[in-house]
Amino acid sequence: MAKENLLEIRDLHTSFFTDHGVVRAVNGVDLDVPEGRIVGLVGESGCGKSMTARSVMGLIKSPGRIESGSIKLDGRELVGLSDRELRSVCGDDVSMIFQEPMTSLNPVLKVGRQVEEVLLVHHKASTKEEAKRLTVDMFERVGIPEAEKRMSAYPHELSGGLRQRVMIAMAMVCKPRLLIADEPTTALDVTIEAQILRLMKQLCKEHHMGILIITHNLGVVAEICDDVYVMYAGRIVENAPVFELFDHKRHPYTEGLMNAIPKIGGNPEFLSTIPGVVPNLLHVGDGCTFAGRCAHASDRCRAEMPALYEVAEHHTCRCFLAEREGQ
Amino acid sequence: MEKKTKQTGIQSEAHASDIGEKYGWKEMLHQMWKQNPLAILSAVLIIAIIAAAVFAPVIAPYKEAQQDLTARLQGPGMKHLLGTDELGRDVLTRILFGARVSLVVGIIPSVISLIIGLILGMIAGYFGGAVDYLLMRLVDIMLAFPSLLLSMVIMYTLGRYANSVICIFAALSITGWASVARVVRSQTLSLKESVYVEAARSIGVGKFRIMFRHIFPNCIPSLIVLFTLNVPSCILSESTLSFLGIGVQPPAASWGLMVNQSKQFLFGMPWLALAPSITIMIVVLAFNFLGDGLRDILDPYMQTR
Repeated sequence: MAKENLLEIRDLHTSFFTDHGVVRAVNGVDLDVPEGRIVGLVGESGCGKSMTARSVMGLIKSPGRIESGSIKLDGRELVGLSDRELRSVCGDDVSMIFQEPMTSLNPVLKVGRQVEEVLLVHHKASTKEEAKRLTVDMFERVGIPEAEKRMSAYPHELSGGLRQRVMIAMAMVCKPRLLIADEPTTALDVTIEAQILRLMKQLCKEHHMGILIITHNLGVVAEICDDVYVMYAGRIVENAPVFELFDHKRHPYTEGLMNAIPKIGGNPEFLSTIPGVVPNLLHVGDGCTFAGRCAHASDRCRAEMPALYEVAEHHTCRCFLAEREGQ
Repeated sequence: MEKKTKQTGIQSEAHASDIGEKYGWKEMLHQMWKQNPLAILSAVLIIAIIAAAVFAPVIAPYKEAQQDLTARLQGPGMKHLLGTDELGRDVLTRILFGARVSLVVGIIPSVISLIIGLILGMIAGYFGGAVDYLLMRLVDIMLAFPSLLLSMVIMYTLGRYANSVICIFAALSITGWASVARVVRSQTLSLKESVYVEAARSIGVGKFRIMFRHIFPNCIPSLIVLFTLNVPSCILSESTLSFLGIGVQPPAASWGLMVNQSKQFLFGMPWLALAPSITIMIVVLAFNFLGDGLRDILDPYMQTR
């Protein structure tokens, strides 16, 4: 790609070593987030989206760990950094927004202080007054009305949308290069969702930052993403710019996901789904992980994992169906 | 009151949610009085007892150890409101002076054991693993060992080197921290899994800062409850130790000591034992009610503030 990659994940393997065996939650993921672009990572629950994000932030808890691979932020390798070094990067160069604005703020601390803390931890403000001023500024930027007054509010005094704005302010206050948003709008209603998405798009443009947005909502993807990665069972199965993906989807899983969006005017009695569930990651065979649910699966699919084939410019797909076309 | 918000860049569409007007402390007291008058009464009572202890030499009708051998074992009357003991000392005076010992012995060891328990509990809960295992086994040992026996051992060993009140501090602090540590640990365990601790980690907040800025404030409601339960139990322990004759040494006055000394007259002159016993009971109850009330106001999850 022409643009410089802010985040470069190469062959990332994150596994959980449980009593029942090894769960390969992230199994060889390659992912790029270029500067100034919004990249979507989509997939069903349990397919490894969040674990990919957590690997970047160093939030993988025991018994899980990053087995191998490389995560480069702005050219700097993050895998293998000590906890202390990683803490100095997180919040400063890369920060994360969590899914639940209800629980991601500390209920006993005033929201203003929680945002100020980020500044103080990263030495972006030398005095409390400066931190306060910058925080009020940030509150106004993310559209929190009466910012000064809201500074001394406790999280339970704010609505869900406002809390998510506070979270965004918290993530943005150090002006990170990369923002990771883990289902930022799942807990919000649709009008607030639209506002928050617009806000993120605007911030992305203004700061020329990269955003990695994790979602299972293809509406969100269509709304704001530039590039999309579709993830299934720990692997990237399809990757394309957003219009290319919606117009020329190649992978049967992507197709299934799109068909599963309820449409107005469709048959109201029948909701299209993908048969089956995500395979238990404890027991995956050699074949394509999607083969068990795929209408086009052949014997080859069940025996061998397809590689990522390039089907068009910037469009790759992990499916043998695409292999023929790609050649 | 609606102030126009300065809007730079991003249009603000979010509706302002109502921030309830913050109560001043007067309204808070009023609110509390309506909800829990017992807690206010208890607070007033505790303040009164503290004042009485501080000003004991001024308000007490007699001197602490003043004996009047011609008026021994008197019943309650005009001259001695609560009667006199076997050495002719005024019981009311001795209860007032005893409040000094009992309150200090109740509060200081509670604070010490709270601090020790808080720190060790947070460390055990947050770091987990071997640290947690070792600390919790230590807690198990402390909890399994009869605390009265341990206090007695400490009193005997330290008694040679230090003042008896200091020994009581040590004995009660050492026996009291374990239960605090256990409660704090279990809270820390659940708090460290919470999303906001994860969020704090994700923005680069260090371990100790998380412990003290994010976990500690969330423990405060239970710490207050623990404190208000710990104070009366320390007062009771001191009374027990003094009753057994290894606590505060005569001629100093302490409620437990007074019960001890009056036990031989329990059938003939029950008021001698009843006066300090009822005092202990009232103070212990007052602390418990106050703790209850405080927890109700300070709990951030309750919105009835």
